[in-house]
Amino acid sequence: MTDLYQSQRAMRQMRRQSMQRGVVAVLDVGSSKIACLVLRFDGSSRLSEDNSIGSLAGQSGFRVIGAATTRSRGVQFGEITAMQETERAIRTAVQAAQKMAEVRVDHVIACFSGANPRSYGLDAQVDLQGQVVTENEVARVLAACDVPEYGQGREVLHAQPVNFALDNRSGLSDPRGQLGQSLAVDMHMLTVDAAAVQNLVRCIKRCDLELAGIASSAYASGISALVEDEQELGAACVDMGGGSTSVSVFMKKHMIYTDAVRMGGDHVTSDISMGLGVPTAAAERIKTFCGGVHATGADDRDMIDIGGDTGDWEHDRRTVSRAELIGIMRPRVEEILEEVRARLDAAGFDQLPSQQIVLTGGSSQIMGLDGLASRILGQQVRLGRPLRVHGLPQSATGPGFSSAVGLSLFAANPQDEWWDFDMPNDRQSGGSIRRAVRWFKDNW
Amino acid sequence: MRSLIFWRRKTAEIKQDPAPSKLKYRMQRWMLTPGIRLGLRIGVPFCLVAVLGSAYMANEVRRDALRSFVAEMRQTIRNRPEFMVNMIAIDGAGGDLADDIREVASLRFPVSSFDLDVDLIRDVIVTLDPVKSATVRIRSGGVLQVDVIEREPALVWRSHQGLALLDETGAHVAELGHRSLHSGLPLIAGNGADAHVEEAMQLYSVARPLGQRLRGLVRVGERRWDVVLDRGQRIMLPAKNPASALERVIAVSEVRDLLERDIAAVDMRLAARATVRMNNTAVQEWWRIRQMNEGG
Repeated sequence: MTDLYQSQRAMRQMRRQSMQRGVVAVLDVGSSKIACLVLRFDGSSRLSEDNSIGSLAGQSGFRVIGAATTRSRGVQFGEITAMQETERAIRTAVQAAQKMAEVRVDHVIACFSGANPRSYGLDAQVDLQGQVVTENEVARVLAACDVPEYGQGREVLHAQPVNFALDNRSGLSDPRGQLGQSLAVDMHMLTVDAAAVQNLVRCIKRCDLELAGIASSAYASGISALVEDEQELGAACVDMGGGSTSVSVFMKKHMIYTDAVRMGGDHVTSDISMGLGVPTAAAERIKTFCGGVHATGADDRDMIDIGGDTGDWEHDRRTVSRAELIGIMRPRVEEILEEVRARLDAAGFDQLPSQQIVLTGGSSQIMGLDGLASRILGQQVRLGRPLRVHGLPQSATGPGFSSAVGLSLFAANPQDEWWDFDMPNDRQSGGSIRRAVRWFKDNW
Repeated sequence: MRSLIFWRRKTAEIKQDPAPSKLKYRMQRWMLTPGIRLGLRIGVPFCLVAVLGSAYMANEVRRDALRSFVAEMRQTIRNRPEFMVNMIAIDGAGGDLADDIREVASLRFPVSSFDLDVDLIRDVIVTLDPVKSATVRIRSGGVLQVDVIEREPALVWRSHQGLALLDETGAHVAELGHRSLHSGLPLIAGNGADAHVEEAMQLYSVARPLGQRLRGLVRVGERRWDVVLDRGQRIMLPAKNPASALERVIAVSEVRDLLERDIAAVDMRLAARATVRMNNTAVQEWWRIRQMNEGG
């Protein structure tokens, strides 16, 4: 735990350094594409006084000066499976973005979607030593959280305090300086497979870049695709990527739940490829241009040329009706959405006051998806696109870039995490003796 | 043909996957580093020029060649017709003075205007006696324009060296061969008279009622003035305040016809005791008349 604390703090330090230098790159390592944005920070990126995001949506402090996308290689289900290939892909994206930005970037904030994210809700309550809630008290209550056994090969990616309660007052976002007797905290902790994180870290190191932060892409796309009201009132963001579909639930501007379905657009493509007997590239093209999930009568007559270049005339002139294509795609999309529904139900999403669901990610561009999704996920479904940020090229404004854009917002205005607070004093020196004394005091 | 097909397929594959090699990637990052960029844009050309320049200059022969080339170039530019001065134009000076100025300027035309030191020429010209002031400039068209203001002769000074013309400040204007060349100018004489020209001019203006009788002023003992009239008469003026003394003499003379009488000198050196010295014949005559009157 202390080890992680240290490494996360080191990354935070790195992020601060890169902010000072003014240039940082944002890297979204996805299963189907790798996107890299180069951000320039100029000016303060502070939120307005009432802690709302403000007129420029909190992203007045930075500007996108370089953007590049490349086909992802060696990434499956959002996890790196072939490191050499992924490294080459990252190099391609970073080089192109650097070339556009005409500046060298040394620091990278990365996000990925896979690695089996699992959410934990932690809580703790401590009696205040004094009357006033100080930083140290906050750190103490955070440290007092009962960390569950999350397994050997897993690592904490996010640990954000989402709610503070002072005595019987709950819903405090910042309790510092207030008076009370006991302080309680609710924390959301996200763990992922350590191996996947280590692979990504290694990959980025091998590209001569310094890692200045790492985030879950579900979180990042939630930040950019949900509007402020949705984040405040409660909403779920479903980021349908190539290899995995990640779900994040937001409430009161905090992420309170994350999960991922290991299915995505690539599975739809491979279904088409298998069903029609065409190469993956052709299947991808057919899916993008002609795909859909709602068949109408006209689709029976709409014949799609599926082509091929084998030289066999009969084979190369195959056609398929659009209704057939939809018949291939729809079950898989339904399966993904059913799975998402199951995850949301498991998380108790139906208990939230607002049932808004936002679909984003590259696969959410399937025609007619919103209609299908509203039948499976509930009535309040919309398709989300990322926020507009300064300097973002038109080609990077589609829903496939919501996690990259969200990650740049995350870079500009990071949420307080566990490791942003200092270690409580009693953990640092003579902690065990003092704890023993306290145990005695509490029990006798 | 197998190899050709193989080659073609290989290129197609490369086109599909355009990942930069690690070396290329590092190179690009290196070239984007601000320090390196600055060094390449400024440092490398600077060093290159410095190295090439010093390598070229290391040879004595080349250095001399370059130096002579520079000198030659400079000479060519100096000798361009636009910069040449072909003649001197002197305004405000008489013929003799103009010749003198030409002589002292000692210029051999044509000469480049870069070689002319106009201030020096002006200083030389101003040292000439008849020149009061001068301006020298190079006019367009290759003309050295000299504007001279000559000194106006105000007095003739007779000394042991001969006759000289002086202006109103006492500065020497020219030698004078003969008095009749400037008969209209007043005459002064005596050692050190040229240092008190202003006083002499004042005395001349006072002595205007004497008219044609005035011969000149003589500086006596480098101290005071004598006014010399015709018939050998002298008015001896004091060293201090000579003009008022002369006025007194003239006033007395107008009332009593003092200077019409047969006297040798009027001595005003002591203001309290003006003395009249009579001629010998006048004294004899005066004695004779007194004896006659006493006897009678």
